[in-house]
Amino acid sequence: MGEPWRSERRETLEDDMERVAIVGVGQTKYERRKKAETFADLVYEVTLKALEDAGLGIKDIDNVVTVSNDFWDGRTISSMAVQDACGSRHKDVSTVEGDGLFGALYGAMRILSGSFATTLVVAHMKGSESRMNLITNAMFDPIYSRMLGLDAITSSAMQARAYMHRFGISEEQCARVSVKNHGNARRNPLAQLPMEITVDDVMASRVLSDPIKLLDASPITDGAAAIILANGQAAARAKTRPVWLKGVGHCSDAYHLGDRDLSRSRALAVAARKAYGMAGVDKPLDQIDVVELYDAFSYQELMWLEGLGFCEEGGAGRLVDEGVTERNGKLPVNPSGGCLSAHAVMVAGLARLIEATLQVRGEAGERQIRGCRTALAHGINGPCGQSHCVMIVGGQT
Amino acid sequence: MSRHARRRGNPEEVEEMPSWKEETEPMVHNGRIKVPYTWWVGETGSTFFISLRDEKKILGTRCPKCEKVFVPPRKACGQCFCTDMQWKEVGPAGELVSYTILRYEETIHPIEPPFGHAIIKLDGADTGLAHLIADFEPQQLKCGMRVEAVFREERQGNILDIHHFKPVA
Repeated sequence: MGEPWRSERRETLEDDMERVAIVGVGQTKYERRKKAETFADLVYEVTLKALEDAGLGIKDIDNVVTVSNDFWDGRTISSMAVQDACGSRHKDVSTVEGDGLFGALYGAMRILSGSFATTLVVAHMKGSESRMNLITNAMFDPIYSRMLGLDAITSSAMQARAYMHRFGISEEQCARVSVKNHGNARRNPLAQLPMEITVDDVMASRVLSDPIKLLDASPITDGAAAIILANGQAAARAKTRPVWLKGVGHCSDAYHLGDRDLSRSRALAVAARKAYGMAGVDKPLDQIDVVELYDAFSYQELMWLEGLGFCEEGGAGRLVDEGVTERNGKLPVNPSGGCLSAHAVMVAGLARLIEATLQVRGEAGERQIRGCRTALAHGINGPCGQSHCVMIVGGQT
Repeated sequence: MSRHARRRGNPEEVEEMPSWKEETEPMVHNGRIKVPYTWWVGETGSTFFISLRDEKKILGTRCPKCEKVFVPPRKACGQCFCTDMQWKEVGPAGELVSYTILRYEETIHPIEPPFGHAIIKLDGADTGLAHLIADFEPQQLKCGMRVEAVFREERQGNILDIHHFKPVA
């Protein structure tokens, strides 16, 4: 049988396509329950912030991509509820039902099509307004899987065990990720859960679904994020120093959990290879300064680091043990605090891209990693990281 | 710019809105969406569920090209795009690929605790089946151990006609 994972085609953005820049970003503060704001309020807030950041007005925006999920929002065509708030009325608007980084990917494609000079991408989530387990249960096939009561936590717990069993990763190694990311969040004023905790605290926290404990899991979060993408000409009109999209890759795996090798992140390896190929990265550990990845659970940070090629399969536990991924390590991972410290579903991948952008700009405040020139943003969609998107961003070279 | 700032014409002119949140009680609108669905399971699914209900047999489909046996059965091979899949009986025992024991209660849980979710690679199958694991002793479960299907007495033609999987004695 063929090897569907192999795709050696190497692409370079500069060769055959116009370049795409991120010229404006905006995020809300991430909170457990935003009682005073509706979805539209959140979208309005981040749209204004992104415009303000870019020094552009809503009339400068050619087209809009909204990111939302009907089940979470409790309404069909959920994107339509935020159209006024993102200024898309009488504009070309398209919607993404998936993680916000895929919204950014689609927004970039719209610019590369040549039809648009600027794209606003907005994502929103109010996790507080429904029931997480019931919503995530609904992502499973209604005929074969949903009746089992699977949800995001239990499916991920099975992935965690498959991964840890195969590669001898310990619960303590996963706990170290949680300690690091909650600690990093103390420097991020937008984070929901800045915490000073120890490995013992994580190990002693309530078991949700073994091996996942409360402090291995990301919180339920309300929040929104927006970015403005621009082609080369439009980027010159923005007031920010543009951060360029150097490489993009995305790849999806099978839907049924049992069809996949849950212990490995093969789709991510393909996505990363594509993104690195475009960006001219051949030694990721040496060439990437900061990583913002989608750590919905602590074990995922380890798995995704392997999929991203920062170490061999099973080697990420060692990276964490050696402090490589700490703020002061060789490869700071999630200096924002990551999803473990604020997990607005749908928004979180876009938040990773915003954090990567701020790092390259040197405007990440207290969470800035000194000398960051190239950063990686990663988003996932579907149960247990079914699909992955990787973006490499950097300044003008 | 504060979250409730608004812009007027000139982007430099930003005016703060009064902080009404401090004075206004946040109101909540409670709702619930309940919509019945009728999902036809298709020809392949029908054969699978009838076999489960009437004969307590678990069926997969085998791709003639890559020879992979899929459970639950597929009408077409996702890898080869072949449509002439062949039926093949699998299980009822197999290998526990991974599992988790649930420690919280939800209305969607189909059986009484203690139970877990599991991926089981049934004998003769190449893919895993997501299902339930129960009837185990504490610390008994291990990845790679042998488990077997326990069928319901009264079967209705759905995936819970297998009540759960349990360790092979």
